[in-house]
Amino acid sequence: MQSGKIEEIWTLLDSVPDPEIPVISVVELGVIRDVKFVDNEYIISVTPTYSGCPAVKTFQDDIKIQLKKNNIPNFKIDIVYKPAWTTEWMSKATKDKLMRYGISPPEKFAQCPQCRSKSIELISEFGATACKSLYKCSDCLEPFEHFKCI
Amino acid sequence: MEDLEKYILRIADTSLILGQRLSEWCSNGPTLEEDIALSNISLDLFGQANGLLEYVSKLNGVKSADEIAFKRNERQFYNLQICEQENGHFGDTIIRQFLCDSYFKLFYLSLADSKDETLSALAHKSLKEVEYHLRHSSNWVLRLGDGTKESNDKIQQSLNQIWKYTGEFFEMDELDNKMLEKNIGVDNNNLKSKWDIIINKTLNQAKLSRPEDGYMMSGSKKGLHTEFLGKLLAQMQYLPRAYPNAKW
Repeated sequence: MQSGKIEEIWTLLDSVPDPEIPVISVVELGVIRDVKFVDNEYIISVTPTYSGCPAVKTFQDDIKIQLKKNNIPNFKIDIVYKPAWTTEWMSKATKDKLMRYGISPPEKFAQCPQCRSKSIELISEFGATACKSLYKCSDCLEPFEHFKCI
Repeated sequence: MEDLEKYILRIADTSLILGQRLSEWCSNGPTLEEDIALSNISLDLFGQANGLLEYVSKLNGVKSADEIAFKRNERQFYNLQICEQENGHFGDTIIRQFLCDSYFKLFYLSLADSKDETLSALAHKSLKEVEYHLRHSSNWVLRLGDGTKESNDKIQQSLNQIWKYTGEFFEMDELDNKMLEKNIGVDNNNLKSKWDIIINKTLNQAKLSRPEDGYMMSGSKKGLHTEFLGKLLAQMQYLPRAYPNAKW
């Protein structure tokens, strides 16, 4: 029963880290939309985060390596655009991981990951990666990144 | 070329060429944050173009998205002429971006209702990104317009100079009408009044005066361009043309 492997594939995918934010996996990021078995092949539906995010290509490569390494050669990565990726697909546990890692998670209001202050100031809506904006904490004065809500 | 392919190419080329223009700011921005902002917007535009070009490639069945981007000549590009205009100074770039972002927002809002599922999905995706691009360019128009006398003078001049390229946003030709009839394409005429509202509001707030509509440039739907596109393509296409099938 080839289709029985679907759960195993999900587990393997959950061990592929996001190339830019290695503390969370591509599953936690919410980009893996579906895994199904059709005509002797596993179809892994993946959605891009931001249209131009270079990490999208990298994590597709990482997924291929991970599956081949675990003796799953018969798969295809299918890019889906609808529904468009949203940070709302991130769980509370994932957001907590980001906070511990030093990135203010995608909530409506950014919060300093160092001292947890909510008194903050926006430096720029654009950060080192497409998904983040730059803030500065008004209490501890540390700069930090905030994962944008989209 | 099939009608649908050509229609999508117009949208894709507009993003691709504006993205290429903005990428020239990379390492030349007035501040580090702004350098990163413009490069990020450029990257989003490349991404949007890529999604559309992949779709054209799929419909075409012969050429890859890269071949379509890098192996066409000037007259085979259908981007709006405003996108190929030179960056000029920071104010020139910001005004161009603001006028385009306001148009993109309305265009993609409308394209999101397209009967073509792929176009609709790509439009939904682009819309999310255009929202914050527009916020960024509007904020700069306010700062520069309502800044000092000099910044106001300069950006007013930027606006006056580029205004003649805004007419193309709202043009409809035979292909546009065909696509509209099939419920695939956008009614560009219909975007004008909504665009006016966005533009007028920000320009007023920024203490800038909206130029009168005079002579308006036109021709990109037929592949006619200003002198700047050729030079831009020469740079953008150099590597794949000089080293065909190069991999990295």
